[in-house]
Amino acid sequence: MIWFQLLYVYLKIGILGFGGGYAMLSLIQAEVVDRHQWISLQEFTDIVAISQMTPGPIGINSATYIGYTAILNAGYPPYIAVFGSCLTTFAVCLPSFLLVLMISYSFARFKHNKYVEAAFLGLRPATVGLIAAAALLLMNHENFIDYKSFVIFAIAFILTYKFKIHPILMILLAGMAGILLY
Amino acid sequence: MYWQLFLTFVKIGTFTIGGGYAMLPLIRQEVVSRKWLTEEEFIDIFAVAQSLPGIFAVNISIFVGYQLKKKAGALCSALGTIMPSFLIILAIALFFTNARENVWVERAFKGLRPAVVALIAVPCISTAKKINLTYKQSVIPVVAALLIWQAGVSPAWIILAAIAGGIIYGLKFKQNIK
Repeated sequence: MIWFQLLYVYLKIGILGFGGGYAMLSLIQAEVVDRHQWISLQEFTDIVAISQMTPGPIGINSATYIGYTAILNAGYPPYIAVFGSCLTTFAVCLPSFLLVLMISYSFARFKHNKYVEAAFLGLRPATVGLIAAAALLLMNHENFIDYKSFVIFAIAFILTYKFKIHPILMILLAGMAGILLY
Repeated sequence: MYWQLFLTFVKIGTFTIGGGYAMLPLIRQEVVSRKWLTEEEFIDIFAVAQSLPGIFAVNISIFVGYQLKKKAGALCSALGTIMPSFLIILAIALFFTNARENVWVERAFKGLRPAVVALIAVPCISTAKKINLTYKQSVIPVVAALLIWQAGVSPAWIILAAIAGGIIYGLKFKQNIK
């Protein structure tokens, strides 16, 4: 049953995932953590961290990882869980593939379609809200265990926002801070 | 040619860290310098790929592959983009399930979890700036975030409502101009 649900959920993420990887996160979390409880919130946070540190788009990285973890948590052995990875990665890309093929037939018409342009009047601002929700949902007691967590958050925010420090370097620094502090 | 498409996107997928948008300069360089597409064609594809749902880098690679070699080309370039991510993550997943119990890893993750949240908060603000969100418009993201965060509304409904709202507002607005 979990196989069909995973397929369905990731097709849905592929169809509704507007606004890039970060905007997708709240949708992924709502489905995978809250509704189906395939993985815990802490596992989700860790998967996001690893997806940011490794090459490739966050959407693909997290899909591959979540597919594996969900099947593993459902009690299957690792070699079966690999098929979970294949399924979610395939499912998240399938809508893109079909949409691009459809649009390529009438590329010029799609480019200046008034409905598409109008839809983005609503979608663009909503994307900001989706990203904000992803951040807010992760600000909980599992990820922020004490005051030190808030200090790390504040420093990481300032370093990334003001000083444009690279995300990977930031994660590595925060990891080292964790080893020193805890 | 198919093989070359595949390899080019494998290269793009392997050497870009930090998400889809980080891939963009590399994709442009590879695609334009090989004369697969002109600069203008690339900009057009970029704009459309951005407005589609799904993973941006995958969308772009499918477009480029399709332009060159139709469906088979699209498949080759999509597989190329996905492959490095997929294999690297799978390797980490197989290994990390055991590593998670390690005391050092546990401590490192206690430190980096809040930083991950900060790394999501930053693009939220930079996106708001990039789209020139006005104070009046910022009601939309604030309400959207609160509905998801506090009321537990599925982001799927927020996205559908945003599309519907945009279309209704946009068409009404256009009628007013006429």
